[in-house]
Amino acid sequence: MELAFIGFVGQKFILVGIIFAISLVVAMYSTYAERKIAAFFQDRIGPNRAGPFGMLQPLADGMKMFMKEEIIPTHANAFLFIVGPSLAILTACIGSAVIPWGQQITIAGHVIDLQVTDINVGVLYIFGVVSLGVYGVMIGGWASNNKYSLLGAIRAASQNISYEIAMGLSIIALLMLTGTLSLKEIAEQQHGWHWNIIKQPLGFLIFIICAFAETNRTPFDLPECETELVGGYHTEYSSMKLGFYLFAEYINMFISSAVMATLYWGGYNYPGMDFMNNLLGPTWGPLLGFVILFGKILCFIFFFMWVRWTIPRFRYDQLMDLGWKILIPLAIANIVLTGVVSTVLRHFGY
Amino acid sequence: MESLTSRRKLVASKPLNFWERAYLPAILSGLRITGKHFFRKPVTISYPEVKREFSENFRGMHSLKRDEEGRERCTACGLCALSCPAEAITMIAAERQKGEEKLYREEKYAAVYEINMLRCIFCGLCEEACPKEAIYLDGDIVPSNYLRKDFIYGKDKLVEAPLNQ
Repeated sequence: MELAFIGFVGQKFILVGIIFAISLVVAMYSTYAERKIAAFFQDRIGPNRAGPFGMLQPLADGMKMFMKEEIIPTHANAFLFIVGPSLAILTACIGSAVIPWGQQITIAGHVIDLQVTDINVGVLYIFGVVSLGVYGVMIGGWASNNKYSLLGAIRAASQNISYEIAMGLSIIALLMLTGTLSLKEIAEQQHGWHWNIIKQPLGFLIFIICAFAETNRTPFDLPECETELVGGYHTEYSSMKLGFYLFAEYINMFISSAVMATLYWGGYNYPGMDFMNNLLGPTWGPLLGFVILFGKILCFIFFFMWVRWTIPRFRYDQLMDLGWKILIPLAIANIVLTGVVSTVLRHFGY
Repeated sequence: MESLTSRRKLVASKPLNFWERAYLPAILSGLRITGKHFFRKPVTISYPEVKREFSENFRGMHSLKRDEEGRERCTACGLCALSCPAEAITMIAAERQKGEEKLYREEKYAAVYEINMLRCIFCGLCEEACPKEAIYLDGDIVPSNYLRKDFIYGKDKLVEAPLNQ
């Protein structure tokens, strides 16, 4: 009993460590990918000096961030000034705890869940963590004691709250179909070809738009709108504290891509999964599922970047209009539609 | 009213309809446009390794030419300095001595010929004014320097290398 418990905790620690490392590496190389992809979209080459194909560029960038002078403004609240970026990166990281990265994997006779914890309110947990993320931005903007930072922070807060409503409503329609809040169960239900994107295209559309707003990505990156607000909420930040904010954005992007892949695009499921699992056995089969999920996540990250280099930033009133007058009514209509259609289908015995 | 040009357009500011307010069709067509660029070849020239070719009539650094026998063409007539709108050219003329016929084409030559590259605007009027076809702006970009005095180019930098030695 004791030993089993210790083994269980150790297993989870290793899993947490691996997921944490993966998140950081993905975030690091997202900065590289962003620059490279931006270059391709603009018929340029992009970073290619540090290492082969510029692969060492993120390391050089990180080194630069750490070496730069760190400034805390005289009239800033020093404690909150440090708490802000810490909170941003903390909330970005803990979202990964409930995401099912794959099926159960068997290594040397031990059965390991490829999920840190399968809580039965997984979707709620994600939403809670995401809404906490705005505190990092808010506190950072307020503690800077700078009008522009504060304006950026206020924008961030109102934007995140507005889009969280539409996001929550869009997810309700999905929950009506799945009947569970556990991400593991939602992923399991999509086994075979029952991906939720087929049943909930409008819901997914609303969800992904809100995900852009929640991660402060272009076209909704108004909190850091450099033309109007200098640098937005992180105007006063320098060196790695700024780096944490930027890093948190990339980790958020990674986690929200994972959530979208899990909720709507089948998670680790792929066509022909049972066949491949039989072929590869209980160790390599689930790992292939993890690779597939990772591929889906990378596609989403690419899409985030594609959109960033396509669409200009929204004006603030347009942003609010879109959130409140288009997305929320659409989400409610989607709920009604889902309810009606599923009731009718059930009536006819599907 | 009759329009003055053929390019007149009627501008209407009608309110956006639902799909226009939802932005989606516009966003999709935008994504299509940028998506096409993803597969294009980059137009970047990796500068220190690869240099962009200048056009044939690029006006760069000046050079003072020699004739077919390797003699300096310039006769220090001063027309280039006179035509220079930026007053960048100064010269001191000297008389050719006996035994120097192989060096200078005419009896008069420029003992000192200086162009202040900080003043020069590379308009090319000096090469147009020159009756002896002695000065051309056919060189490269004038290199950068730390000291202002190093931008005053004398004959050591301007005169073409001698012909085959």
